Amino acid sequence: MIAAALIAILIGMALLMLRAFIGPTLYDRILAVNSFGTKTVLALGLLGFVMKRPEFLDIAITYALINFVSTIAILKFFRYRSFQVPLVRRGSGGNADG
Amino acid sequence: MAEFLTDIQGIWEIVRFPLGALMCLAGALLCLVGTVGVLRFPDIYTRLHAASITDTSGAALVLIGMMLLSPGWLIVAKLFAICVFLFLTSPAASHALANAAHTAGVQPIIGRVGSSDADGEDA
Amino acid sequence: MAYFLGLVIALVAFWLGMSGHNTPLILSLGGVSVALTCILAYRLDIIDREGSPYVRLFGFLAYFPWLAKEIVKANVTVIRACLKADLDIAPALVKVKTICKSDLAKVTFANSITLTPGTVTVEIEGDKLLVHGLYEQDAQPEAFAEMDQRSARAIDGKGAAA
Repeated sequence: MIAAALIAILIGMALLMLRAFIGPTLYDRILAVNSFGTKTVLALGLLGFVMKRPEFLDIAITYALINFVSTIAILKFFRYRSFQVPLVRRGSGGNADG
Repeated sequence: MAEFLTDIQGIWEIVRFPLGALMCLAGALLCLVGTVGVLRFPDIYTRLHAASITDTSGAALVLIGMMLLSPGWLIVAKLFAICVFLFLTSPAASHALANAAHTAGVQPIIGRVGSSDADGEDA
Repeated sequence: MAYFLGLVIALVAFWLGMSGHNTPLILSLGGVSVALTCILAYRLDIIDREGSPYVRLFGFLAYFPWLAKEIVKANVTVIRACLKADLDIAPALVKVKTICKSDLAKVTFANSITLTPGTVTVEIEGDKLLVHGLYEQDAQPEAFAEMDQRSARAIDGKGAAA
C-alpha cells in the first residue's frame, strides 16, 4: 500500500511537470517547481519506507530546506534581476519588535 | 492493569501498520487532487490554493502515516522536524509567490468563473 | 539571555533528534556545530524576541489545534472545488484589517490565512492585509475576525485581544 502511495505521488509529480512546461506565466512555473519539491520530500520519505532504509529521511530534510531557499532565491532574482540586492523591509526603522 | 497495557500495546503493534499505510495512501491521493487542481484552475492565484492542499493536508497525512509506520523514535523525530519545517515554510513560499506576482502586475481573475470559460486563459 | 538559552536548547534537541549516535567524537562535533551556530546568530544580531520566540510557544500550542480544525474544514471546500466536474469558483480580493500589534503576531495571522487552503495573503501594508480568496462568500473580512483575535491572543498575550 505504501508503494501505491509512492506511485500516486510520482503521478502527481509527472502532472506537475506538465504545468511547469505549459504554465503561461513565470509564476506558474515557479509554483509548479515549488510544489514538485514538496512532493519530492514526501516521495523520498516513502521511498525510504518501501526500501526499508529510513536513512532516506535525512535527504528528505535537506531537500525540504533547499526547496524553500531556492524558491525564495528564484523569486528574488526575478524581482530584482540580481542576488546582490539587500532585502529591506519597507518603512522599517530598525525596530525589530514593531 | 499491566496485562491490560500489554494487550493494548499488542493490538497497537498490529493495528498501526495498516493504519499508517492507509494514511499514507490517503495523503498521496490528496496530493494528486491538489495537482489536478493546479492543472485545472484558471490563474496563478487560484492555482496557489490548489497547491496549498498538497502542502497542508497531503503532506501532514503522509508524514503522520510514516510516523505510525516508523520503527523507532529517531525516525519519528525526523518526520516531526520535516512536518514542522513544511508547516513553517510553505505559507512563506506561497505568500512570496503571490506577492511577487502581484508586484509584477499579474491581474487576478475576479468574479464567478463558469465552466464555459474555464480554460480560456491557459493551454 | 533567556532567548540565547532557548536557542541553545532548541539546537541541542535538534542535533540529538537528527543524529542518534552517542560516541564522544560525534557528540563533540555536535557541540562544536551548536557553538558555531550560536556565534553566527549572535553576529547576525538575531537573538531577540523574533529570533527565538520560545516564550510564546505555549500560547501557540493552544492556538494550533483550532488552526488545524480550520485547515481541515477549508481543505474539504477546496478539494470539492478541485474535483467538481464543472469549474465553479468565484475568486475575490478583499482587504482585511488586523488588530495584531507586533510583527510576530501579524506574521502568525498572515501565515494562518495562507496555510488555510482557499485564502492567500497577497500583501501586507501596515495593519491592512490584501487577501485573495477562492470563494467570494468565504473570504469576507468578518470570516477572519476570529482567527485574528486568536492569533493576537496567542502571540501578543491576553491583553491584546480587546
